Amino acid sequence: MERTEYPALGETVFSHTLGNGLRIIAVPKPGFMRSHAIFAAHYGGADRRFRLGGEWIDTPAGVAHFLEHKMFDMPDGSNVLAELSSRGASPNAFTSSDVTAYHFTCTDGFSQNLETLLTYVSTPFFTEESVRKEQGIISQEIRMYENSPDAVGYYEMMGALYARHPVRENVVGTVESIAEITPETLYNCHKVFYNPSNMVLCCVGDVDPEAVAETAERILPADPGPIPERDYGPAEDPLPAGSRAGRAMEVSAPLFFAGAKVCAPASGSERLRVRLLGELALDYLVGPSSAFYTELYARGLLDRTFGCELDDAAGAMTVLMGGQSRDPEAVMTALEERIGLIARRGVDGAAFDRCRRARYGLQLGSLDRFSEYAGLLFRGCMRGWNPLDIFSMLGEITPEDAAAFLCENLRAERTAMSVIRPENG
Amino acid sequence: MEYYRRELAPCVWLTALRDEKFKTGCLSASLLTQLDRATAASNAVLPSVLRRGTASLGDLRAIASRLDGMYGAEIEPRVRKLGEIQALGFAADFSDDRFLPAGSAVLEGVVRLLGELWLSPNTRGGLLLPDYVESERGKLLERLESMRNDRRSWALRRLIENMCSCEPYAVSAYGGVQEAESIHYVKLTKDYRSLLASSPMEFFYYGSRSGEEVAEMLENAMLLLPRGAIDLELGTDVRMNAVEAEPRYFTETMNVTQGNLAVGFRLGACMADPDEAAIRVFNAVYGGCVTSKLFTHVRERLSLCYYASSSLDLLKGIMTVSSGIDFDKYDAALSEILAQLEHVRAGDITPEELAGARKAVANNLRAMHDSPFSLEDFYLRQAVTGLDASPADMAALVEDVTADEVAAVARGVETDAVYFLKGEDA
Repeated sequence: MERTEYPALGETVFSHTLGNGLRIIAVPKPGFMRSHAIFAAHYGGADRRFRLGGEWIDTPAGVAHFLEHKMFDMPDGSNVLAELSSRGASPNAFTSSDVTAYHFTCTDGFSQNLETLLTYVSTPFFTEESVRKEQGIISQEIRMYENSPDAVGYYEMMGALYARHPVRENVVGTVESIAEITPETLYNCHKVFYNPSNMVLCCVGDVDPEAVAETAERILPADPGPIPERDYGPAEDPLPAGSRAGRAMEVSAPLFFAGAKVCAPASGSERLRVRLLGELALDYLVGPSSAFYTELYARGLLDRTFGCELDDAAGAMTVLMGGQSRDPEAVMTALEERIGLIARRGVDGAAFDRCRRARYGLQLGSLDRFSEYAGLLFRGCMRGWNPLDIFSMLGEITPEDAAAFLCENLRAERTAMSVIRPENG
Repeated sequence: MEYYRRELAPCVWLTALRDEKFKTGCLSASLLTQLDRATAASNAVLPSVLRRGTASLGDLRAIASRLDGMYGAEIEPRVRKLGEIQALGFAADFSDDRFLPAGSAVLEGVVRLLGELWLSPNTRGGLLLPDYVESERGKLLERLESMRNDRRSWALRRLIENMCSCEPYAVSAYGGVQEAESIHYVKLTKDYRSLLASSPMEFFYYGSRSGEEVAEMLENAMLLLPRGAIDLELGTDVRMNAVEAEPRYFTETMNVTQGNLAVGFRLGACMADPDEAAIRVFNAVYGGCVTSKLFTHVRERLSLCYYASSSLDLLKGIMTVSSGIDFDKYDAALSEILAQLEHVRAGDITPEELAGARKAVANNLRAMHDSPFSLEDFYLRQAVTGLDASPADMAALVEDVTADEVAAVARGVETDAVYFLKGEDA
């Protein structure tokens, strides 16, 4: 195993790639009782078109999420969630645009739980009947999203922003799209995307890196399988496809979602740098101590539901901000004015330095939160960057970089907004 | 982990745990006062009002900028109910200086700011600012009113309000709506000053610095803390028996699609000289973990409910069961919930059930050592009861609890009240 020390952070990270292509990252945390393991496939809701055996295949929306639901069934009829829970572990799973991940946290029996995790994720078992049953369950979940103002508002905005990229559609798919799923669809997608060379195993806590590697080698298939080739369509224009979207729903006050596409290098440390720059610039622009937020809060245009983040998945980097507001257009006007001010006067050095420190502290704290830490590590591994580089990178980003980022990516014609209006408003 | 506890000033205590495994540290400060319907809401709003601005950092933005500069330290209001004691104050979470650029002194900055929040609020003419009080009063009311949004906790809340209607315990940590509505800045300023002078105070620190160092910093920051006649009679009145000979039944309706059945018990005889380890294992055997009787029989085997679990308030000597049921399963679910308690009383506990329960309780206790704020809550409860065992000490005791001891606890338990939240048309 390759061992990397980060003395200033007090961290030691072990990494290794098995013969079957599985990448393993293990971070022992001395003194902790608890351990967290996550086994993630580089496969999510956006991975709908891919090449299998020389042939391009199109799959219905929602397969990755559907597959996640079905992975817990074992051929002997047992359910792995119940098994792990009965041993005192807390297991769960999630699907995003480009990741499907299975994880657990436990305080004892780590190696047995790890064996269970690796076994079930590498054991596909689907029947006509279980797929049909799941179609009912997931249809319920989809209807729940259809009634959720947050989910609808988010996808309305993504749909306005992106012309073609599959991140514009809900990861769970639609009732119609999942009706097309068969056991064969699931077996095919498992075969393409759940092969060890397309996966990462990450363990943080009271763990022995050598033992983790040994367990993975013993349980997972020896064959690396081909690296799947995926297609997200031609590159998007930096300008949004449409500037406004939305609809009326049962909400007490208008709910807005604003966004912008960020131009960034495809992968590697350069992408990490843009992501970090974006986060810092947004902290400065709209964070809790910003002039924008505090003034609009005082004017009653924003409240505590307001939030902002930079999302980066399936090659699409997106600025997202939103919350409740009685007048979302006024918020957008204020944002435009703020960007205009930065274009003329630049970014204040002292305030920017405080944002940089706050970000440093936030990132440092994430090393104590195992699931968040493991999430950064496995995503970095899939995308060619190392989250522990963030600490040194932070010092290199200047106020001028932040000003350039904001004036480029957040000028008025680059943004889109969706508003969920009250039905009788 | 190194344990340190010292009295810094009359009835002002510091509990400090020294440990180097985290990148962050935490520090909390709580005033302790008797939970009382008349004062609970105004006590609860106080930390939020103080957090709005200090004499030198006049508003939220000034405080946010200061915190950003301290590597994103956070200081948030925190209000809790420990039995019949109300604890109100702040909890801070911050980066450990060992991992910051040389010369950083975040802990010192946090202690100073904490001292300012308590002792030098932003005032005009000696009074807390009316608009800060007004706005925080509004947020408290929103919080109280939104309690009913979470049906499961609302059913438990209503169970306790009915079951303990003649005890201070009926009041929530945030008080009641009626009392919250009458919060006024002049009265609040007066209450603030008397609370500060008369309440015991508990500090808790978890991090890499020594208890002595932290004690010295806090002594400096709290030098001006007024100390008058301190309320030494703080405590929780443990009722040993059910209020009436037969359980009392309460039913309410709400726009819900699933029923919520909550049952309240007095732990009874075991509270005379509580064996905490045995009580915790009893709760786990009955309904406190995934191998419990409520989970495996009522939920899994008989499918009488969507969830069913029990939990304890060891300070008050109460156990509650919370379950989600279809409206027409009320009789069947309730009789099965009570039947499972009878099984525990009769000592009908399998070795697997006992082992599963002991393991779940011990694991939860040990896992607290990985969560500074779980430790903070644990030790604040210990401080209130005058105990100093660590969660790991308690976990070791848990592993020796026998089925007989569990059954003995169960035999003293009395069913006091049953609350059912059902749909409007059910």
